[in-house]
Amino acid sequence: MKLLEHQAKKIFLDYGIRIPRGELVDSAIKAREVANGLGAVAIKAQLPVGGRGKAGGIQFADSSDDAEMVARGLLGTEIRGVEVKRLLVEEKLDFSDELYLGVVVDRRSRSYMVLASREGGVDIEEVASTTPERIVRHAVDPVFGLRDYHCRRVAGLLGYSGKEMFSLASVIERLYRVAWEMDAELTEINPLALTPEGFVALDARLNIDDNALFRHPDIVEALRLGGSSDLSPREREARDLGLTYVELDGDIGIVGNGAGLTMATLDTVALHGGRPANFLDLGGGASAEMIEAGVSFVMGDSRVKAVFVNILGGITRCDDIARGLVMARSRMGTEKPLVVRLVGTNEEEGRRLLESQGIPTLETMEEAADRVVSFMGGV
Amino acid sequence: MVRFIDGDTRVLVQGITGTQGSFHTRLMLDYGSRVVAGVTPGRGGMVVEGVPVFDTVAGAQDRHEIDASILFIPARFVLDPALEAIDAGLDPVVVITEGVPVRDTMEIVANARLRGTTIIGPNCPGIIKPGEVKMGIMPEQVFRRGNVGIVSRSGTLFYEIASHISRRGLGQSICVGLGGDPVVGLDFIDVLRWFEADDETEAVALIGEIGGDAEERAAGFIAGGGFTKPVAAYIAGRTAVPGKSMGHAGAIVQGDAGTAIGKIEALRDAGVAVGDLPGDVAEALGGLLKG
Repeated sequence: MKLLEHQAKKIFLDYGIRIPRGELVDSAIKAREVANGLGAVAIKAQLPVGGRGKAGGIQFADSSDDAEMVARGLLGTEIRGVEVKRLLVEEKLDFSDELYLGVVVDRRSRSYMVLASREGGVDIEEVASTTPERIVRHAVDPVFGLRDYHCRRVAGLLGYSGKEMFSLASVIERLYRVAWEMDAELTEINPLALTPEGFVALDARLNIDDNALFRHPDIVEALRLGGSSDLSPREREARDLGLTYVELDGDIGIVGNGAGLTMATLDTVALHGGRPANFLDLGGGASAEMIEAGVSFVMGDSRVKAVFVNILGGITRCDDIARGLVMARSRMGTEKPLVVRLVGTNEEEGRRLLESQGIPTLETMEEAADRVVSFMGGV
Repeated sequence: MVRFIDGDTRVLVQGITGTQGSFHTRLMLDYGSRVVAGVTPGRGGMVVEGVPVFDTVAGAQDRHEIDASILFIPARFVLDPALEAIDAGLDPVVVITEGVPVRDTMEIVANARLRGTTIIGPNCPGIIKPGEVKMGIMPEQVFRRGNVGIVSRSGTLFYEIASHISRRGLGQSICVGLGGDPVVGLDFIDVLRWFEADDETEAVALIGEIGGDAEERAAGFIAGGGFTKPVAAYIAGRTAVPGKSMGHAGAIVQGDAGTAIGKIEALRDAGVAVGDLPGDVAEALGGLLKG
């Protein structure tokens, strides 16, 4: 779950990380009012997409007249496919240094990793691939915790000493606390600016682990109201139905059980020359109703010309699958070809049921992939 | 060194009174696993599938000798019972649950490391030694005993490939599901080290997917001579869209990192036979073992 900049900044502020003075606005007049008290300002579109700066979503204004004009130009436009509804108007600060500071989940050390660099204000992935030595890393042992001396070491390796070292160390410690207490997948300040008053977070990113949202009901509520989401409309609909669904751009609907098997199904269809329209994983132990919902959802996609259901039943029972398929078929009709590969627990029973309804089943994923592709315009 | 299981392993089931816990306790017992006790706080004194239930792990240990634990616990409650199992000295600890908060997993894994405990999972099918013992939820009919070790990040794809291997007339020595989350207790290298030392394992099937760099690091380990037996592999997710998790929380291509092609090339460079189709793995192993 990705928070918008202004939402993330509010949390940073709660943790004592300094942010520029400013306000969230939804009209050009309000932008003018806010700018009036601040002087030169940065005007930033609040969007759940990356690369906002390059796409023109961050602009500057020297006066309140100017701020109103810039805001009018931004509101209602689309940036990377998302409409700009709100702007963050903030004081424009003078600074000497621009840093990058992040805390991310690191798979390899199986812990949070602090990443810090003097190369702030640019894409950190770029820095990581061209000049990796410019990034300081510290993996935090969750049992030992991130201690003050760790933070001072990171600040020192970035070249700071004295007051600035202590000040930066305190920002690192606070950002780590944000990560830990908010269950962040990633939290970033880029850039973190060194101003005459100290370090200030000019931007803010905070992505929260979806699996931990139950610990943050207030965030869930804020996001529901803020409408921050990078899902397509079909993906949102699928999520509301409880389906694990990713939209792709082809015309063969895919339903499988288990993430790995479903991915392998997409790959196998593609290798046979077909183009998958989606990824839909029923997960383990799906009920007949769940299967009906999933298969109907994919069949109901107007782009889909044929559907491939690939099941290897373990805890998922093939007879449940068969019942779900029969229900989906009676609901959605027989217009779109349905190719079923069904093996595993209660396989005989499942097959018998499907065959009695005129739905043939195949035994291997490869032959089923071949069959479904053969339905696509005589390929 | 990681610790796995054999027919003598005395198993505890945490969350034994739940639907999944009781169902799989029955299946594990039928398979020959020695499930000696279960734990569900507040249900001490019950009996599930003939197995006595206790309120705490320590309480179970007062009455039974126990070696290892498997958890069937809802995601948001996994942290405490996992730490309880580690604290009690059980090893390995298998966490089946999908959807565990990553911070909780980091805490579990860090504590396990301090105690020298092997964590299998989370979000995994468990571990099976075909014909002997299983701690997990895998359908046993696709496995048969043999000389191929399987290590996989995915569940059903692992069954798919195991069934190809069995139908090819080969079989498996031991099969381990690492789990589909970004942070899990084991990685490929841990398991390859174990397979290297295991006399019964003559070749390995490595089943990976997009996301992270565990496959690339395994390739480096193999190329560097850390693993000397033949390896065949399959990597799922060539058609995945960047930036989206494909079912598993850990199966995500971020920027240029974690792509299927990158992993396939790294493994091929290390001399691993990487199949285009899941069925190719069994074919490749057939050839490798004949040589």
